[in-house]
Amino acid sequence: MNEMTDNSTVGYMTDDGRQIGGTMMEMKNITLRFGGVVAIEDISFDIREGEIRAIIGPNGAGKSSMLNVISGFYHPQEGEVWFHGEKRPTMRPYKVAQQGIARTFQNIALFKGMSTLDNIMTGRMTQMKSSLLSQAIWFGKAAKEEAEHRQKVEEIIDFLEIQAIRKTPVGRLPYGMQKRVELGRALAAEPKLLLLDEPMAGMNVEEKEDMSRFILDVNDEFGTTIALIEHDMGVVMDISDRVVVMDYGKKIGDGTPAEVLANQDVIDAYLGVSHD
Amino acid sequence: MSAGFYYGVEVFLNGLMAGVMYSLVALGFVLIFKASGVFNYAQGVMALFAAMTLVGLQNGQVPFAHLINAIFGTHVKEFGWHMPTFLAILLSVGVMILFAFLVERYVLKHLVNQEPIILFMATIGLAYFMEGFGDLMWGSEIKKLDVGIPQGGNVWIEENTAFLGGEEFYGFYIDSLDIVAAIVAILLVASLVLFSQYTKTGRALRAVADDHQAALSVGISLRTIWVIVWSIAGFVALVAGIMWGSKSGVQFSLSLIALKALPVLMLGGFTSIPGAIIGGLIIGVGEKMFEFLIGAPFLGGATENWFAYVLALLFLVFRPQGLFGEKIIERV
Repeated sequence: MNEMTDNSTVGYMTDDGRQIGGTMMEMKNITLRFGGVVAIEDISFDIREGEIRAIIGPNGAGKSSMLNVISGFYHPQEGEVWFHGEKRPTMRPYKVAQQGIARTFQNIALFKGMSTLDNIMTGRMTQMKSSLLSQAIWFGKAAKEEAEHRQKVEEIIDFLEIQAIRKTPVGRLPYGMQKRVELGRALAAEPKLLLLDEPMAGMNVEEKEDMSRFILDVNDEFGTTIALIEHDMGVVMDISDRVVVMDYGKKIGDGTPAEVLANQDVIDAYLGVSHD
Repeated sequence: MSAGFYYGVEVFLNGLMAGVMYSLVALGFVLIFKASGVFNYAQGVMALFAAMTLVGLQNGQVPFAHLINAIFGTHVKEFGWHMPTFLAILLSVGVMILFAFLVERYVLKHLVNQEPIILFMATIGLAYFMEGFGDLMWGSEIKKLDVGIPQGGNVWIEENTAFLGGEEFYGFYIDSLDIVAAIVAILLVASLVLFSQYTKTGRALRAVADDHQAALSVGISLRTIWVIVWSIAGFVALVAGIMWGSKSGVQFSLSLIALKALPVLMLGGFTSIPGAIIGGLIIGVGEKMFEFLIGAPFLGGATENWFAYVLALLFLVFRPQGLFGEKIIERV
């Protein structure tokens, strides 16, 4: 766990006694523009091994854009993305996924016509080895591989407590359940880094508690590094180790939840608390 | 039962067979439309091109013979060998895969995220390019395609059903070619369904058809999938080209079967493989039965030319998503 990469900084210990490792991903001076609009302006931050890293900020602050940069959906005009101590070239999203970065979407992007099981199976895509030719010609071998991956998917289904909806087409599931299936699909890739774009948006209190528990369990049991965007301050402060705060495309705070909460800029911009 | 009744049954059966042929063409459209949202106008020309390639290879024609002769003043025409059918089919499949690869590389890649109408226009361009290219490569004369499929009325069926209708009835007349086409179509659809349901790539195809972004996020390369989809569509075009080509010769009008697939798609929905099959059968049976029961006795015949389109129009009015298409729900 403490394996250090070249540009790593020394890890740290969390309050609840988890050891956080060195730098896994580093964003260096990222600037992203859409035409004349600057979505992200010169932002740098890092994500460390085993950490739960939150990105927060008001609507339109550029949080989702940042997640899209990490997952390769957007390509910044300036700045560098470093992953495992190497500078990442401009990369298509599917390549990023193959490198071990899985994600969920703000507005749920599931395969609506497919069952829960099939959706999570697609998450195994990066782990499957059989080539197109062998699937077509040597059907038996491909079938065996399918069965092995199916096993793994069943474990995830158990973990997320969604056995009851295994065969249901996800388009018919309630919102909270869809969010959970989407998490399952991301987990199926056994990612090194898991990106969650507002995993609790639109959920009721009970669903939020469930999702928080799953996120903590994923981090704890599988040692998965997690970067998430969330609006609910209470949740963010509860579950994350370190927080980046964005406003109008700029970074205005970075640190532990306690540090961020004490930051005057953050209080002004994000919480909108007046102080006199 | 009167002979008239059995004659009706025969018309019905032949309608089913014709429907299978329509389905074969419609299938190619559905595959591409599902995976990439492109209405591939070139599907009919692909069938023509595939069939021309097959005939050309079989007969050992020299590709681009005209061009070569014009430039070098030679008189090459044929290699002088006759390629075994199986090998010729395999090579034709190879050509269609190469074609899929080139389409992705030089057309689709540059049109990612464009409006559907732009992509549609691109396939129109592609269709006419292919038509000309096919003529240049293999010549434009009408060719006979023979891959060994039996043709003409099936004697066995005729003899064994003759007892049904008594004196005036001579048994069902069903073309052997149609029976072979039906069997091939069933095999083709069954293997497509198995492939898409139970293999990794099949699942990737379905995933891309469902949601591009999500597919990217799980590590599926859209471009690879497009090459695969166009290859499969090319293969389906080859099968359709073989069946139609064996029936009516390999010539320009073969590419017009695509127009016959349009009403099938409107009935079955653009996104449903079973829809393409059922839609084809309904159109096939519908137009034959309509001609038999209403067209010929009351309307002076020749209703087969327009029946399918009128039926499709009715469907567009009352059920625009087709029988099996995804429901169109507009959220406000």
